[in-house]
Amino acid sequence: MEPRKSDFEERAKHLMNMTDEELDKYFWDLVEKVVDPLIDLASTHTSPSVERSVLLRMGFNSMEAKALVDKFFEKHILGKGAGNIVYTIAKEHNIDYIQAGRDLIAGKYWDDVERIFVHGGDK
Amino acid sequence: MKLEPNKKLDVEEILKDLDKYRPKRKGWTWREKLPPKTKIGDFEYYEISKPLKNFVALPAAHYFKNIDPQPQEVITSEIASGRFEEDIRRMRMAAWHGADHIMVIRTLGQSHMDGLIEGTPEGIGGIPITRKQLRASRKALDLIEEEVGRPINFHSYVSGVAGPEVAVLFAEEGVNGAHQDPQYNVLYRGINMIRSFVDAAVAKKIMASVDMLQIDGAHNANASAKFAWKVMPELLVQHAINSLYSVKAGMKKENIALSTVPPIVSPTPEFRLNFVYALTIRELFKDYKFRAQMNTRYIESDLFDATRIHVLDTLISRLTKADIQSTITPDEGRNVPWHINSIRGVETAKHTLIALDGIKEMVQVNWDNVREKVRELKMRAILMLEEIVEMGGYFEAVENGMFVDNGEYPERMGDGIVRKKDGGIGAGTVVPRDKDYMAPVCHHFGYNNLPEGLEKPCDLIGGCTLCNPDKIQYIDELDDEDNVYKRLDKIREYRENNLIKPEVEWSYDGYIQLDMTIPESEEYAEAAALEICKRMGLEDAQVISKTVLHPTEATYVELKAKVPFAIKKDELVLPQKPEVMSDDELFEFFAKHKVKVVAGTVGNDEHNVGIREILDIKHGGIEKYGIKYEYLGTSVPPEKMIDAAIEYGAQAILASMIVTHNDVHVENMKKLHQLAIEKGVRNKLMIIVGGTQLNDDMAKENGMDAGFGRGTKGAHVATFIAKKLKEMQD
Repeated sequence: MEPRKSDFEERAKHLMNMTDEELDKYFWDLVEKVVDPLIDLASTHTSPSVERSVLLRMGFNSMEAKALVDKFFEKHILGKGAGNIVYTIAKEHNIDYIQAGRDLIAGKYWDDVERIFVHGGDK
Repeated sequence: MKLEPNKKLDVEEILKDLDKYRPKRKGWTWREKLPPKTKIGDFEYYEISKPLKNFVALPAAHYFKNIDPQPQEVITSEIASGRFEEDIRRMRMAAWHGADHIMVIRTLGQSHMDGLIEGTPEGIGGIPITRKQLRASRKALDLIEEEVGRPINFHSYVSGVAGPEVAVLFAEEGVNGAHQDPQYNVLYRGINMIRSFVDAAVAKKIMASVDMLQIDGAHNANASAKFAWKVMPELLVQHAINSLYSVKAGMKKENIALSTVPPIVSPTPEFRLNFVYALTIRELFKDYKFRAQMNTRYIESDLFDATRIHVLDTLISRLTKADIQSTITPDEGRNVPWHINSIRGVETAKHTLIALDGIKEMVQVNWDNVREKVRELKMRAILMLEEIVEMGGYFEAVENGMFVDNGEYPERMGDGIVRKKDGGIGAGTVVPRDKDYMAPVCHHFGYNNLPEGLEKPCDLIGGCTLCNPDKIQYIDELDDEDNVYKRLDKIREYRENNLIKPEVEWSYDGYIQLDMTIPESEEYAEAAALEICKRMGLEDAQVISKTVLHPTEATYVELKAKVPFAIKKDELVLPQKPEVMSDDELFEFFAKHKVKVVAGTVGNDEHNVGIREILDIKHGGIEKYGIKYEYLGTSVPPEKMIDAAIEYGAQAILASMIVTHNDVHVENMKKLHQLAIEKGVRNKLMIIVGGTQLNDDMAKENGMDAGFGRGTKGAHVATFIAKKLKEMQD
């Protein structure tokens, strides 16, 4: 921002007649205006760390979670959800999902991943 | 495993079976408040909580039945040794002094690690947060809290580019509180702002799932700004953004604590500014909790100056409100905190809060003089928010350098921190969630296309780690060299051979602190002090603080240096502790043997507090056991003492004296002894001396029967009289 002198008196004219309660309410209304678009953004987006946190909660360890998410990110399919991809592959092959994740890290089942998530799927 | 107050915490025991360890409880715990006017010892308190089972009380407590009243505020101790096995010992010390919020600082650079760390590598200025480190620390704290009898909140940081994963780790491992504020990442860690906010919502919801307490990061604006008092409107804005964002991500307001610091210090008229700010923020955020922190921005290397600042900061807490009183170690301006200074920080908080207990019953805010200032501050914050909205929102405001500008809003200096939406660490890593996005786990924030009919999301996978901890994979170590076992190996020799070395931070680090006043200017004083350490055989001497007493007359210098040797514990000879007979034995003895003594202070000594405590029944003095005494007063000449003993038929003289430079006390002892011989009574008259600086050896060398020093009780003296009397009669 460009340097500027305080113009508080001028700027605050519309606030001077507000009661204390009105000031507090107006403050929080403005905060909401700033915060709402941010929370919407978070709700509709994801990140490598978010997806690793999903895999951790599914019972993968930190190294497995990182290896899987790195691969999904490379293939531009993180938006499907890392947990979703692992879970779907496990069901497809009727195996335990932790095993499915480890197999993916080892290079297995990527054809299925391509078929289901890269070419198929719902954007 | 249970801790014994007289046994050291066994780190190797803590490390056993960690793969199976589960935290005892999750979520934040407040202190159990006691009703106003609760009596502890002889005094009523208004703002205290349940006392501890084991504690170290404030220094003056022994005058007041050794009470250690605990304020109702949670007290924080920050710990940052870089080695968790050392941290847990410090935690135990802090807990005994009254800390129940242990905040573990992370190692330098962890916030930039895209993922989790495993094992127990050593950190710099803090600890690498890993599952093993958390589990070991939690296990130790679970034991320590049983030892002191109060739950201890364990705390660290959910910031950086791995926020959501760290939040999972914390939720799984029983971490009770954490810093989480995406603005901190953006402004001070150079992490991409979109990534920060997307990650933060997910992290916050996970934290909320286990009732973790959140502390925000807004106060860093006044730790960073050059003119910290001018960023007050912005602080309100930053607190509000994080608070409301957290609520919208799923946190309860009662689990959100604002981290607030009195912005400035003396020599400014700090109180007027700090007080108005404290009142404003507490009014505007009345539904939230307050974590009052002490000022770090303006503390230098002088421990006393830091302590004065922190006492006044805590006064603000007491006059307004704090749910948590955090502490800054007074040595933060000179080094990574030492054990003693962590404890001093906690003592400063405890002392001040207890000293000011109930102050609001007597002192109230004069709102007539304060209201306009509070309103003005709120208006400035409102105007800033208006401009943020006008600019297009938070990201645009940051891109324009709205934050941490040294002008008091609406004034702008144009020196705010500028970050770009597409810049910073982790830029370009956020992607939209597709329509078929799905995450089969609990407490996941945001859009989630789960199949219908599930009771909870993780039913799909037969439970997630938050519901079933048996699913957690435990990794022990990844690095063969940089781990706790190697570090313990290095000090094993010391431990097994019972060697003693001083320490400030790490076991056997060998550091000591010295202080000296050198009658020279600053430069010569510093050089002389270092030379003195060298000639004393100390290693690595460094000056850590200097105080000019006068530009040419003298400089006070504090140094740290390493002791190059260890002491063998087994070869140390300890002075014998005075024998004490039980009260019952003493009652019985003095019922059978009628004993009279004469007492007084000898020479030019008007200090009679000590001798009165040894004599008087109400202080547990010898009178209680049935010993009769004749008190002769203060500054009694030795001649009079002997004459009075003969006249009164006393079996003993109790003479109190102060130790003087010119050995007047030695002369007086010799005189008492000599006069008693001359009058032919020495073999039937005990002469006992006492005084804070005296000891038994000194007394005996000068012909006395016994000498008692600091900490002596009536029972000690009565025991001696009883034994000696038996001996004389035999």
